[in-house]
Amino acid sequence: MPEPTPPQTVGPFFAIGLPWDDGPAVVEPGSGAAIALRGTVFDGEGAPVPDAIVETWQAPGDGCRGFGRCPTDGDGGWEIVTRKPDAAGGEAPHVAVAVFARGLLDRVPTRIYFGDEQAANAGDPLLSALEPARRATLIAAAEPGGYRLDIHLQGENETVFFGF
Amino acid sequence: MELLYPDYKSTRLRAPRRERIQLPRASTELTGPALWDGRVAPNDHDLTRQHDGEPLGERIIVHGRVFEAGGRPVPETLVEVWQCNAAGRYRHQGDQHPAPLDRNFTGLGRCLTGKDGSFCFVTVKPGAYPWGNHHNAWRPAHIHFSVFGRAFAQRLVTQMYFPGDPLFAQDPIFNSAGADRDRLVAAFDLDRTEPEWALAYHWDIVLARTPFEDA
Repeated sequence: MPEPTPPQTVGPFFAIGLPWDDGPAVVEPGSGAAIALRGTVFDGEGAPVPDAIVETWQAPGDGCRGFGRCPTDGDGGWEIVTRKPDAAGGEAPHVAVAVFARGLLDRVPTRIYFGDEQAANAGDPLLSALEPARRATLIAAAEPGGYRLDIHLQGENETVFFGF
Repeated sequence: MELLYPDYKSTRLRAPRRERIQLPRASTELTGPALWDGRVAPNDHDLTRQHDGEPLGERIIVHGRVFEAGGRPVPETLVEVWQCNAAGRYRHQGDQHPAPLDRNFTGLGRCLTGKDGSFCFVTVKPGAYPWGNHHNAWRPAHIHFSVFGRAFAQRLVTQMYFPGDPLFAQDPIFNSAGADRDRLVAAFDLDRTEPEWALAYHWDIVLARTPFEDA
């Protein structure tokens, strides 16, 4: 029975292989209902992480590719353009996220929920099971043109990361 | 897996420290990107044919199959690779190792797996190179691999190494895989070695079982 191949860090030079020119465009920018999802990746001392890459996944269809990827810039910032997913299966609307970086031996999975979905978020089984301070690390704040959620790899505000 | 591996210094401020939350229901992560139209160009699997001339170095064939744990092959999934050139230099502005760039080598490859999960790249053997992790630190020769699989929960980025590398013992990244590290090492493959042309290496990639899936 084959055993899983261990993960290894993407290292500092993944920009050769992973980014796509259209990686951040999960839907065509300017198409109806397009929103930006953006944020900054921080390390355990609160310093921005300029060599991370954020990947996102949501149900595809109707002009939405589902998958996005965006390397962080020199200030740790990333942004994708997508559409807010629908609630499904008793869960609040969310986008699945994987963060890769030099110094991360494996990608770290998390999710982005939406701050203006209070009712759906209150009924979400995953969010409801988290302490409020931990829950807050998964909920993006609405702002002009989209939503913002910072990702803290470590430290007091460490983002909730998942296992499967 | 434990993400803090202090010998690899960059993990110290970047590895999450809190316990991971097991997703009660990985609904979204049970599916993943599957449509790769236009992502792979005809020469993308051959890193020696992406420029006017051939890159310098030892031409090699790297092939294998992508499986899920349990043995099911993963067909038509995207495999992306990147690597330094034969001199140990990446085509990246952050790489200041004083080894020459090769104008005939980018170091980027892509392919889709076949119906049996197979992939095959032609490239040059990457060189070892120094890095600042500890005194006299050198990375063993390796090729970075990115694999998607069927589910976002299976997403894997890893590194493939070459058998018998004397740099293994001092490399914390390789050793961070613990007892599983041997699964990162390709096997020399005389059967697929092409006479008068290129040595071959065989390396299979096994993705985690899809979560919550019945066996």
